[in-house]
Amino acid sequence: MNPLQVSAYTVVSAAARGVAESSTALRDGRGGLRACDFEDASLPTWIGRVDGIEQSPLPERLAEYECRNNRLAQLVLLQDGFSETVAAARARYGADRIGVFIGTSTSGIRQTEIAYRERNREHNELPAHFRFRYTQNIFSVGDFTRRFLELTGPAMVVSTACSSSAKVFAAAWRHIQAGLCDAAIVGGVDSLCLTTLYGFNSLQLVSSSPCRPWDAQRDGINIGEAGGFALLEPPQPGATAVQLAGYGESSDAYHMSTPHPEGTGAILAMHHALDAAQLAPQAIDYINLHGTATASNDAAEDRAVTELFGTQTPCSSTKGWTGHTLGAAGILESVFCFIALEYGVLPATLNLQHKDPALHANVLDAPMEHDVQRVMTNSFGFGGTNCSLIFARPG
Amino acid sequence: MSTMYVEQIGVTGPGLAGWEASAPVLRGDAPYAHQALGKLSAELLPANERRRTTNTIRMALCAAQDAIASSNTPAEELATVFASSDGDLEIVDRICTALDTVERPVSPFHFHNSVHNAPAGYWAIATQSRRPSTSLSVYDATFAAGLLEAMTMVRAEQCPVLLVAYDFPPPPPLHTARLIGEPFAVALLLHHEATPASTTRLDIAMADDQGNEDRMQDTTLENLRTVNPAARALPLIMAIAREEAATVRLPYLPGSLLHIECTPCR
Repeated sequence: MNPLQVSAYTVVSAAARGVAESSTALRDGRGGLRACDFEDASLPTWIGRVDGIEQSPLPERLAEYECRNNRLAQLVLLQDGFSETVAAARARYGADRIGVFIGTSTSGIRQTEIAYRERNREHNELPAHFRFRYTQNIFSVGDFTRRFLELTGPAMVVSTACSSSAKVFAAAWRHIQAGLCDAAIVGGVDSLCLTTLYGFNSLQLVSSSPCRPWDAQRDGINIGEAGGFALLEPPQPGATAVQLAGYGESSDAYHMSTPHPEGTGAILAMHHALDAAQLAPQAIDYINLHGTATASNDAAEDRAVTELFGTQTPCSSTKGWTGHTLGAAGILESVFCFIALEYGVLPATLNLQHKDPALHANVLDAPMEHDVQRVMTNSFGFGGTNCSLIFARPG
Repeated sequence: MSTMYVEQIGVTGPGLAGWEASAPVLRGDAPYAHQALGKLSAELLPANERRRTTNTIRMALCAAQDAIASSNTPAEELATVFASSDGDLEIVDRICTALDTVERPVSPFHFHNSVHNAPAGYWAIATQSRRPSTSLSVYDATFAAGLLEAMTMVRAEQCPVLLVAYDFPPPPPLHTARLIGEPFAVALLLHHEATPASTTRLDIAMADDQGNEDRMQDTTLENLRTVNPAARALPLIMAIAREEAATVRLPYLPGSLLHIECTPCR
């Protein structure tokens, strides 16, 4: 497929604010997980909470979008000069020629949780301050991003659980290919809420300690929040920016909340991404795993990766830095791939102490200084949704 | 690059029980009679999976199975786009109600059904399709956005795509926060090139325009169109039912419309 250039990108997670801090945190093995201190949630688990959201209200002109998710989106949009770069692109292409494709799983549902807590129980009425359209609605964060960046091109929010903000790269590529826009903002934002904390807890999928991907003792995820954005446009002559070289999507057709044990859907997604990029598996220098640290997820992904790549390709899961950021995982880990490509550092798998002897992928337990040309990132989610992306340095 | 071909349509809505019964109504050959949705049954799902589904999921799957009922295109070969403004608000209500108690007992079934791509997941299980699938929302512009996403998929992947758009009314207390006054789901089976089974060619363009989207002449159908984001599709499926050349204007993002040229294939 025709590659797209990643002209600018930015990210915020529990581990770091912005790209420079993120690359340092990845290099130094400094993660952002902590014992759960979100609101009044009393669960014995660890989370990846982003500091400072509570102190970052939205500007007056966007006040109706007030919710944790859109505050986090704004916090991200203000890092790394991203909004300024988009403004320059807007001047170049025109506001109506830049599309906006954002992923989220739970949007502003935290606001609905609050509205239910504050509802009039006698008449079963939600409080007047509750703005459903601008918070709970799945499109809210896409609408907010579009307004914040003053863009008027095509837009949508993809919500496919934990593959959401990986699939936005595919949607953006297709929209540009079809001529509906010339450039695109892709991104993802998911924020902490009681729904996901208590929901994953009900499925007995959360760990009571910092998550340990690929470890023999791994026992579940830590839920995190994060956001990230990237500007995609056709490659500019002579530019050195990393490129989206391929994407692959598939469905498991197996179970709503458990991956296919043989990783069949995951293999298909990775295979399609390699086909799209016209690359053999050996051409991939590093894989950022979905690596959630549940027993079944890591086992299925290990089978899929080793089936396609063998046991030599360096891999790691970065969930130990950030927790599982659900609908933001795709963009977050894409940015970690950009950092690997541009800074030449492959992250370790934080918290991995004793690799599960049943797993065979070459999972890094220490950071590796290594010049890489082509990397892959995997994102898989509930409903059996899979997406793999390949990013490469040009030339 | 913005052309695609409709093979089949599926529809589930009040007084619109399947495409075969609804096409004469939309053509104007039979009167429209509003009638509450009957029992929704997603027959294509295995019984154990069906038990775990919700009204919203069953309604989406009803329209989807209606669209493939008389098609020769194998269901497992279809990529899918599931477009819904708000997904499953009955589930949101149950989860938020549970979270407002001391123990916060969120049901695991409710939680895994709460993902926006739940109907897509059940569809894949039912049809054993491993093809790509997107689930999206653009609030009131969701149908138009789903049609655009389906068009770009049809063109880029050169594969048949099933677009399913659906929204289901929320229970109290959410019903005052989000107006979805009627349940409605529609499905379009789309191809990148004409086949012997093609009924209508669609050529789609985005246009700056305001206020003059197409409306339904029948006042009850016009009400349905305005109270459910998926029902914004009604002028398009009416044009397809009439098998006449027409330009349909559907609402997209604020300040923009989709212009859809419909050309009968036979």
